Amino acid sequence: MTRLFAFWSAHRTELVALLSQHVLLVMVSTVVAVAVAVPLGIFASRRPRLAAPLTAIANVVQTIPSLAMFGFLLPVPLIGGVGARAALVVLVLYGLLPIVRTTIAGLRGIDPVIREAGIAMGMTDRELLRLVELPLALPSIIAGIRVAAVVGVGSATIAAAIGAGGLGEFIYRGLSMVDTTVILGGAIPAAGLALAVDALLYGVERALSRRRKESARVVTALAVLAVLAVGASAVASRPAAGAVVVVGSKNFTEQLVLGELLAQTIERDAGLRVDRRLNLGGTLICDRAILSGDIDAYVEYTGTALTAIFHEPVVNDPARVLEIVRDRYSRTGRTLLQPLGFNNTFAILVRGRDARNRHLKTIDDVVPVAPSWRAGFGYEFLERPDGFPGLAKAYGLRFAETPRVMDLTLSYRALASGQVDLIAGDATAGLIKGLDLFQLEDNRRYFPPYDAAIVVRAETLLRYPELRTALDGLSGRISAADMRSLNYAADAEHRDIAQVVREFLQKTTP
Amino acid sequence: MPPCAIEFRDVMFSRAGDRTVLDHFSISIEAGETVALVGRSGAGKTTILKLVNRLLLPDSGDVVVEGRPTRDWDPIVLRRRIGYVLQDVGLFPHLTITDNIAVIPRLERWPEPRTHARVLEMLQLVGLPAERFESRWPDELSGGQRQRIGVARALALDPPVLLMDEPFGALDPMTRAELHGEFHRIQQQVRKTVVIVTHDMAEAFALADRIGVVDDGALAVFDRPQAVRESRDARVRRLLDAMPGLTARSRPS
Repeated sequence: MTRLFAFWSAHRTELVALLSQHVLLVMVSTVVAVAVAVPLGIFASRRPRLAAPLTAIANVVQTIPSLAMFGFLLPVPLIGGVGARAALVVLVLYGLLPIVRTTIAGLRGIDPVIREAGIAMGMTDRELLRLVELPLALPSIIAGIRVAAVVGVGSATIAAAIGAGGLGEFIYRGLSMVDTTVILGGAIPAAGLALAVDALLYGVERALSRRRKESARVVTALAVLAVLAVGASAVASRPAAGAVVVVGSKNFTEQLVLGELLAQTIERDAGLRVDRRLNLGGTLICDRAILSGDIDAYVEYTGTALTAIFHEPVVNDPARVLEIVRDRYSRTGRTLLQPLGFNNTFAILVRGRDARNRHLKTIDDVVPVAPSWRAGFGYEFLERPDGFPGLAKAYGLRFAETPRVMDLTLSYRALASGQVDLIAGDATAGLIKGLDLFQLEDNRRYFPPYDAAIVVRAETLLRYPELRTALDGLSGRISAADMRSLNYAADAEHRDIAQVVREFLQKTTP
Repeated sequence: MPPCAIEFRDVMFSRAGDRTVLDHFSISIEAGETVALVGRSGAGKTTILKLVNRLLLPDSGDVVVEGRPTRDWDPIVLRRRIGYVLQDVGLFPHLTITDNIAVIPRLERWPEPRTHARVLEMLQLVGLPAERFESRWPDELSGGQRQRIGVARALALDPPVLLMDEPFGALDPMTRAELHGEFHRIQQQVRKTVVIVTHDMAEAFALADRIGVVDDGALAVFDRPQAVRESRDARVRRLLDAMPGLTARSRPS
C-alpha cells in the first residue's frame, strides 16, 4: 500500500496526464457513440424490421475482444492505425450497442395512446419526437449511456496497447515489468474512474426520473460541468502541440528502455521535440505504425524483421541478414540504421543451480536430461519458424510433456520458482542476472541473429538531417552487458526508466 | 341554417386485409351542434373520427371539413383546428398540467403571457382551480380530473371542432353523470361542433343534439333523440334494448 502511494507521488504528473487522457478517450467516444446511437435507435424503432438485424450487428461487434478489434483496425486507412484515433473508433463501436438498445427499448415502451394523442393534436413527427418521445425515453437512454461509459472506462485501458495512452499505460508497463505496484497504479484509478462515472450518470438518471425539473436541471448541469472541466484539463495537459518526431516501442522492458533511449537522444542531440508512443502491442503493430507514419522510429531486431515482418527464410549470417532486411526496408520507405551493438537472440535458459550441479554449458548438454524436464515458452516462440519446432529438430530435443505456453515475462519467474525447467528468454533480459538463470550456448548456431537496430521513416530522416546524426551516434554503443544491466535496473530494481536511461547516456555519450 | 362543419360524402374505407369498415357512408354535421355516433364495438365509430382529423384518409369519397376535403388540408393545420379527446386521455406524463395544456399554443409560438392566460382560462372552463392544479402532474389526478384536463388541452387553441372518442367510458357512473353536466355547461359557453363516439345509448341521449347509429359501416339512423328513441329500425332497437333503464321508460306504449 505504501509502495503504491510512493509510486503515485513519484509519478504524479504522469498519473494526472494519463488519467486525463483516459477520461478524454471515454468522454469523446461516449459523446460520439451517443451522437450515432441515439439517431440509429430512433431510426430502428420506427422500422421494426430493421431493429433486429441492427441490434444483431451491434451484438456481434460487442463480442469481438477489444485487442482483436484493434488488430482488425490496424491496416484500415483513416480510422485505423496507431494512436488515439483508432482507439476512439473501437471505443465508439463498443459504446453503440447499449445505447442503441436502450434507445429502442425506451421508445417502444411509450404508451401508444400518448403518441396518438400527440399526433392527433397536430404535432409534426419532429415535434412529437422532441417533446414527447425523447423525453419519455430519456431515462432509458441515460441508462444505456451509463453502461457504455462504464464499459468504455474498462476498454480504454486496452487502448494503451496501440499507443492511445490512458491508465492502461501503467497496467501494461506493470505487466511487462512484472511489477504489481505499477499494475495497481493504473488499475485502481481506472476502477475508481469507472465507479465515479457510474455514480454521476446514476445521479442524472435518478434526477430525470424524479422529474422535479429543477433538480434534474441542477444535476444535469453539474454533470455537464464536471465533464467540461475534466475535458478542459485533459486538453490543457496534453503534450505540447508540434511534437515533430514520434518514437515507438514494443511492449516489453527492453523496448521501453530503447524507446526512451531514442527519445532522449533525439531531444538532446537533435534538439527536436519527441512524442513517445511506447508500449505498442507487438511487432506487427509497430511495423504497421511506422509504415503508415503514425510513428517515425523504433528499434527492431534484424532476425525478427527477416522472419516475422518480411517472411523470409531463416538465415544465420548476421551480415547477410542485415543486408536483406535493410534492402526490404528501403523498398518500403524506411531506413535501417547501423546496429546498436547487441544481439538479443533467443536465450535457452535454465536455473543457475541446475547448470552448476549438472555442468550444463550448451544446448547439446541438455538433450540427455530433457526427457525428464518440462519447458515453458511464449506463444510467439512456439509459433515462429525460427522458434521451438526448428530448435527441437536441430538438437533432437524431447521434453517430458508438451511445452507449456506462458507469457514471456512470467516465464522467467516460472523457471526460477521451479514450475518449469527450461525456457526460451531474451539474451538481454535483466532477470537472467536478477533471478540467477543460466544461458546455454547455441553451439549448433541454430538461432539467427537478432541485432538491435533503429528503423526510421526515410521521409523523416530527409526532413531532419540532424536526426540522422543524433541516431547514428547510438550505433555500436550498447553492448549486451549494457542492455542487460539497463533491463536489470528497470525490471529487477524497479527504477524509473527515464532516469536509468539518462544516467546511461551521461556515462557513455557525455 | 349554419353551414355544414363536417360532411362525409359516400366514404368507403377498408382496413388492410380488405375488411370493409365504412361502406358508402354519408353524414352532414352542422356547425355548433353536438352529434353522438353510437354503435357496437368494431362498428367503425373510431374510424369515422380518425377520418375527420386525417389520421386516416378515405379509400374513396370525401370527408369535407369546413368546406374542404381532408385530402387537401395540410394535416398539421387541420389537426390543430380539431380538438381530440380520447378515452385514455393520453396526457403527457412527463409534463405538468400547465405544460400539457400549453403544448400546442407554444408550438404555435404564442407569446408566453397569452399561453399562460389561456391555460388559466381553460382550467377555469373545466372547473379545476388553477392554483391547485396548474403545477400538478397527470398521475396525481383522478380519472375525472384527467378527463377534464384532456378537454382543456383539446380546446386550448379554440378549435371550431371537438372530437371525443368514448370520453367518459372509463369513469365510474357518478363521475360520468357529473361530467355530462359539465359538458353541457362548457358547450353552452364555447359552442363547438362536437362529435362524440360512444357505445352507450344513454350517454348519447344525455349529450347529443342529434344521434347517429352506426351499424356495419353504414348509418342506420341519424336524427333528433326523440326520433331515434321511437325508431322501428331493428339495428336501433337492438342498441336501445341493451339499455334497460332507459328503454323501459322510452319503449313506445
